[in-house]
Amino acid sequence: MRFELTPRPTISPVARALAPVLAFVTAFLIAGVVVWLMGRSPIAAFQVYVLQPLSDPWALQELLVKATPLALIAIGLSYCFRANFWNIGAEGQYVIGALLGSWLALKTHGGFWVMPAMLVLGILGGALYGLIPAFLKTRFGVNEILTSLMLVYVAQLLLDYLVRGPWRDPKGFNFPQSVTFDPAATLPLVADGSRVHYGTIFALVAVIVTAIVLGRTLFGYRLKLTGDAPRAARFAGFSAKHTTLAVFAISGGLAGLAGISEVSGQIGQLQPSISPGYGFTAITVAFLGRLNPIGILVASLVVALTFIGGESAQILLKLPLDLTQAFQGILLLCVLSADALVSHRIRFITRGGGK
Amino acid sequence: MFSRTLIGALAGAAVLALSAGGAAAQQKLKIGFIYVGPVGDYGWSHQHDQGRKAIEKAFGDKVETTFVESVPEADAERPIEQLARTGHTLIFTTSFGFMEPTLKVAKKYPNVKFEHATGFKRAPNVSTYAAKFHEGRYILGQIAAKMTKSGVIGYVGAFPIPEVVSGINSYFLGAQSVNPNIKIKVVWANSWYDPAKEADAAKALLDQGVDVIAQHTDSPAPLQAAEARGKFGFGQASDMEQFAPKAQLTAIVDNWSDYYVARTKAVLDGTWKSQDTWDGLAQHAVVMAPYKNMPDDVKKMAQETEAAIKSGKLNPFKCPVIKQDGSQVECKGNGALSDEQVLGMNFYVKGIDDKLPQ
Repeated sequence: MRFELTPRPTISPVARALAPVLAFVTAFLIAGVVVWLMGRSPIAAFQVYVLQPLSDPWALQELLVKATPLALIAIGLSYCFRANFWNIGAEGQYVIGALLGSWLALKTHGGFWVMPAMLVLGILGGALYGLIPAFLKTRFGVNEILTSLMLVYVAQLLLDYLVRGPWRDPKGFNFPQSVTFDPAATLPLVADGSRVHYGTIFALVAVIVTAIVLGRTLFGYRLKLTGDAPRAARFAGFSAKHTTLAVFAISGGLAGLAGISEVSGQIGQLQPSISPGYGFTAITVAFLGRLNPIGILVASLVVALTFIGGESAQILLKLPLDLTQAFQGILLLCVLSADALVSHRIRFITRGGGK
Repeated sequence: MFSRTLIGALAGAAVLALSAGGAAAQQKLKIGFIYVGPVGDYGWSHQHDQGRKAIEKAFGDKVETTFVESVPEADAERPIEQLARTGHTLIFTTSFGFMEPTLKVAKKYPNVKFEHATGFKRAPNVSTYAAKFHEGRYILGQIAAKMTKSGVIGYVGAFPIPEVVSGINSYFLGAQSVNPNIKIKVVWANSWYDPAKEADAAKALLDQGVDVIAQHTDSPAPLQAAEARGKFGFGQASDMEQFAPKAQLTAIVDNWSDYYVARTKAVLDGTWKSQDTWDGLAQHAVVMAPYKNMPDDVKKMAQETEAAIKSGKLNPFKCPVIKQDGSQVECKGNGALSDEQVLGMNFYVKGIDDKLPQ
């Protein structure tokens, strides 16, 4: 006997809507069993993981702060992934955006124009860096998965060089970090006393604009067609080359914006590590959100919740960090399987002719 | 079933305590720890966790400890604040990269006391502490120079920050004191904890004729690489003998326990104040693991050097200290380099045939 996945002729809209809900329930049930096997109460774990962060104003703010870079990067990635281009290097585009914007912060001393210019440079840096794998692909046919991924390390090492060398704080006992940015180069907070900075607003704007672009413009249609039926896209007169360059520039630009927002709004200086892997986690977020802008917004909050809930679980329940990471994996697996089962059905094929 | 309900109730109580501003948690002193690595790294974070356990052992019911592990340095403010919000009134942040976030949170929670390892910025409620690991490394250098047959010793460094650079210099000065013609090779792993990279770095050194390896990275991988080739190495942060029984000559053991217990006691007694602590071999902040796999005369030399450093008779950075380019370092301490000079060291001493990444 073997299994076969065959596409369903029609996809039920109800099933499609319910799939993520069922996926979440399944993921929590599996995680609950694991927690129970560890001798803890699954109910207490659920309380600390999910309910408590969602009912506490401080944790809600932290949720937004953590979700912001994830949403910005994932929204950008959705342009690439929709058109079937695999930009794995958002982490590097994030770093280069942060670097180019920070260059201005370190070279200037105040001025109302500094912050906006830093943001523009951040977008520009990320976009230009994203265009390298796009150019190599369109010009020489080089696989963009490899080049975009390898450029991550180049970006990280460049950051490393700069904070240990030319951009090192001269008063910092030779430790690898830049001076802290002055107020003119600090991304303002949405409200005084909170930790939510303007990056969150940028992420919301990106979600709305993307929803319009994908749903209502020719460009959005072109992406979908390039992804689903590249031959048809060519017949329709859409240049694959231009599409490649455009989606990489957009996704790189948004990753760069995330980078400069994070550095100027959250960290406040350059240091050897400015991202706990946002560029890679955002790939998960993009697929959890099914490449849909609203879906990505929700997914970024859910993933942020698993990080914050994971810390709460360590603090309040003394549950290990590994459990959080396992749970993130279980969640992604459940969502992807649910999606597959909505559009496909499993057929059990038994070989005819007895034994 | 009973225990599950109990834990559920406890967790519920913890959540309640959270919303009530931790009022119920006042009887027990809650102490939080932020680790940069996993507690199971057998290196840096593992040793801080040993310190946490020492607190629990010393104070029992009077304290409750919590840790958050593998906290990325770029995203540490939230977990630190979460500890402060959940009624932890003494918080140890145990990596240099937590400096700015620790200060930010400390500003918001003036009644919470913070202890930041290896940093240099303090506040009325933020102390800093570190250990003079370079004292131990001088002894390692002497042992290495005695044990090497090729005359070339090696060093796997994590990052070219002052703490690591002063360690390399001290190791080399120790080796030079035994054999003026000794040569050293340095490889940077660019990570504190990455067993695969650390092992590669060690193999690169062994391939270049190095036969004794010292390391300033946290996993036992370099030591294991030395063991596999029948060469020698030193444990880092904890006694790593179990990973390389034939190769480990000794280990520099980070002992935070005494300091952590003392600081906890200060909070309980109400005598805690912001300060900077930099202890070494004499205060047992740095402890040498048993000297093994070496002839008796080498062991005797190591023990004598250890005693001399403890008594203050010997300082690894006694003047004159000559830089790579031949210039003499200004002597700002009492017959040796000052603490500030060692804490901010960014040069190699003469004789190290390598360029410091700048």
